[in-house]
Amino acid sequence: MFKPLSVYFHWPYCKSKCPYCDFFKKVQKNVDETSLVKEYISELEYYQNLVPQRKVQSIFFGGGTPSLMNPKTVEKLIETVFCLWKPQENLEITLEANPNSDRPHLFSDLKNAGVNRLSLGVQALNESDLKFLGRTHTLKEAYKSIDEVLKVFDNHSIDLIYSRPHQKLEDWEKELQQAVSFGFKHLSLYQLTIEEGTVFFNKGVQALEDEKASKMYQTTVDFLREHGYPRYEVSNFAMPVYESIHNKCYWQGDDYIGIGESAHGRLNISEQNFAYVHPHISEKLSSHERAEELLIMGLRLQKGINKTHFKEICGLDFDTFIDQEKLHTLVAEGFLIDKPNVLRATDQGFLVLDKLVLELF
Amino acid sequence: MTDLNLIRNFAIIAHIDHGKSTLADRMIELCGGLSKREMTEQVLDSMDIEKERGITIKAQTVRLEYKANDGQTYQLNLMDTPGHVDFSYEVSRSLAACEGSVLVVDATQGVEAQTLANVYLALGNDHEILPVLNKVDLPSSDTQKVKEQIEDVIGLDTSNAVETSGKTGAGVPILLESIVKNLPAPRGNVDAPLKALLIDSWYDSYLGVVILVRIHDGVLKKKMNITMMSNGATYQIDRIGVFTPKMQDKEQLSAGEIGFLTASIKSVSDCHIGDTITETKRPCENMLEGFKPSVSVVFCSIFPVDSSQYDALKDALAKLKLNDASINYTNENSEALGLGFRCGFLGLLHMEIIEERLQREFDLDIITTAPSVAYHLKLSNGTEMILHNPADMPDLSTVSEIKEPMVKATILVPDEYLGSVLKLCTERRGVQLDLTYVGTRAMAVYKIPLNEIVFDFYDRLKSISSGYASFDYELIGDEPSDLVKVQILINEEPVDALAFLCHRSEAESRGRQICERLKDLIPRHLFKIPIQAAIGGRIVARETISALRKDVTAKCYGGDVTRKRKLLDKQKEGKSRMRQFGKVEVPQSAFIEALRIGDK
Repeated sequence: MFKPLSVYFHWPYCKSKCPYCDFFKKVQKNVDETSLVKEYISELEYYQNLVPQRKVQSIFFGGGTPSLMNPKTVEKLIETVFCLWKPQENLEITLEANPNSDRPHLFSDLKNAGVNRLSLGVQALNESDLKFLGRTHTLKEAYKSIDEVLKVFDNHSIDLIYSRPHQKLEDWEKELQQAVSFGFKHLSLYQLTIEEGTVFFNKGVQALEDEKASKMYQTTVDFLREHGYPRYEVSNFAMPVYESIHNKCYWQGDDYIGIGESAHGRLNISEQNFAYVHPHISEKLSSHERAEELLIMGLRLQKGINKTHFKEICGLDFDTFIDQEKLHTLVAEGFLIDKPNVLRATDQGFLVLDKLVLELF
Repeated sequence: MTDLNLIRNFAIIAHIDHGKSTLADRMIELCGGLSKREMTEQVLDSMDIEKERGITIKAQTVRLEYKANDGQTYQLNLMDTPGHVDFSYEVSRSLAACEGSVLVVDATQGVEAQTLANVYLALGNDHEILPVLNKVDLPSSDTQKVKEQIEDVIGLDTSNAVETSGKTGAGVPILLESIVKNLPAPRGNVDAPLKALLIDSWYDSYLGVVILVRIHDGVLKKKMNITMMSNGATYQIDRIGVFTPKMQDKEQLSAGEIGFLTASIKSVSDCHIGDTITETKRPCENMLEGFKPSVSVVFCSIFPVDSSQYDALKDALAKLKLNDASINYTNENSEALGLGFRCGFLGLLHMEIIEERLQREFDLDIITTAPSVAYHLKLSNGTEMILHNPADMPDLSTVSEIKEPMVKATILVPDEYLGSVLKLCTERRGVQLDLTYVGTRAMAVYKIPLNEIVFDFYDRLKSISSGYASFDYELIGDEPSDLVKVQILINEEPVDALAFLCHRSEAESRGRQICERLKDLIPRHLFKIPIQAAIGGRIVARETISALRKDVTAKCYGGDVTRKRKLLDKQKEGKSRMRQFGKVEVPQSAFIEALRIGDK
């Protein structure tokens, strides 16, 4: 049986820079798509040589702002992937888009290009917060795009940022109510953090204090659970069967390749793990390093870490790898639940996940 | 052999910052001791730390050749002395080697606390004192007023006072002439058996142990066999010489002169400061009076931040002790901070200087615990003990009496700050002994427990008087005290490195202060952590570090894994440098910050 592979395309260009974003991106007009596509294809071919025997389970166009790409380019890249590897039956092809008004047929064009899941970066559902977050779209444009996406696609997701400075819990609850009422299959809800190197950081914008932010997070989780969107990862909520196949591959530790500048990949070849930042720049990961990654990523999932799967990937026995004494304390204090084959975080544990991971070594 | 009448041995004494070392520079320059090219500022302050802080720590000696107006060439032996109270021991040794003192008073400042202290030391050594008004080039100088102060407060005749400027060199020739004219020549018998005072000794990496001596009687010659009278040890002299201030070899030193000798002595600890040196085959009869041994008055523990640096710290302390016999240290083992040393110092400044030298000259990262003084305890079983380490505090029920060292503190301060100074002294359990006026300035004399002074008294005094107050103290014996040991508990566990001894009346406020600091210094944990200060079983202060409420990365996808792993590795490394107390991890920096003296 062929192992699954996920393919990530990084489109690093944006129309403008968002003040909270620390992702790798460039603000540039008149991108030479033809030569970029050539570069992407040669990278794909390189990886095909390396791991020919795989089945593609997902393709993801992220960025940057990949909705700025010509749908023809998207189509070409999808076709190329299919030429190189066999697709799995329920293959997921996601593209991240920003609400826009200047390209009326964009969404149907993307669908025709092969995209079957659209993730819409709305970020806020009121005018003043959209402005604060540096978004180039208005609320009206957002609504219009939401309508179109829901009409065109069967599988869709909305991105929102909350715990904005001065945001009140009641106001966020209203936005949540509204977000749920649209009928998206999936929601990605991120608490605003001020990362070094961002405009917000340089301006000295302060994140919401921990006490309020933790309350807001728990309210969000509880609200969405009641409304049919259980949390399946720290910031991701979905109707049953609509969890993102692509993103889960990161958290579960499946193989993925990253195409485009500064796109990372992880490949398990003949029981060795490799980290890629470019086809020609790779690093062999020790069992221990890969194990750390699996712990960091795996506990982010509601279902937690599958210990058998963990051993298959990194070669280490999970229970030996973890500080058992610490684990027992953390279980006793209600942060973690330890089952014979699974370790997962409780609601209380999710709030301090980074600290838990640090404690477990 | 120099005629005794053509020798003048004198010390320069002054309050700190009154320009003594700069004035010495001008005298050296004028007598041609060093060429212009060789002159640096404050040449006698050889340690970096002395030049940087502008203070003299070690006394220095220099021989100058001065051709006086009477046509004779005189040998002047000048000893530059430290001004700070911590080093008054160092001053008293220098004074014992001289017959006269040049008292430098800043003409813009007037008489200060250490001016007085140093004058009393000089008078105690039967010195003739020559007053010098320095910094007369400054427009704010007022020589008339300062002369009156010297007459009123010190009772010195100022008719022969000299006015100088160390900066411009004005008045320095008159000063030299006045030294020859007004200070007495040494007495001694060149023909009598050798009798020399061991003033100081230090370790030189090229020459080995170097001894500074003052010859009282007889002659010291090369190749001579000498005996240290305190222990009978004998040595053969290798080199003899003087400082000009460069080292200059001589064939001999005779009665009245000051100079150095080397004699293949292995260790500085073989040289007892104040000892009498004589000739082995023709010994003198009586020993010179010598000095009282220096006493450590301030104690603290020093630990390496990185325990692998323990041996390096040990070596460094041993090296420092080679040239500074007043440092005392013994091994100490702390649960919180590992292996280190309990050290005794002459005072707070001395402690700070050693700390700084360990860090700068030996490149060590160290943690210093809160300073303490030495308490005298009488136990119910009749034995006595000296206690300066909280860790050694016996059960109070077995103690029948505790005494703490007291000082007589003299503070000079402009009238407008007097109120706050008196308040400070009272807060520090001071008892007023005297209050008089020196011109427009008040002179307050208090009896204060030394413990109150070592904490942060000097800093507070400086800050409440905008830097105008001057201060000196002398130890005046022990008095009964209500001493308690305050323990700091983190999550119910006592932390030995944070425990301290203090008077019962202060236990609560100082305990609270440390708890408050720790609250900000210990990172939040998954559970809440009580921080308490306790005397015996009684909690006197409490703070709580609340539990960590939120620590989770919002966005973590395929491109973030590497960065997250590296961050985790870094955090793990930081964690390994933490000290574990039960379930609580305390960063080492928290100890350093919590123990930092003075800032509030």
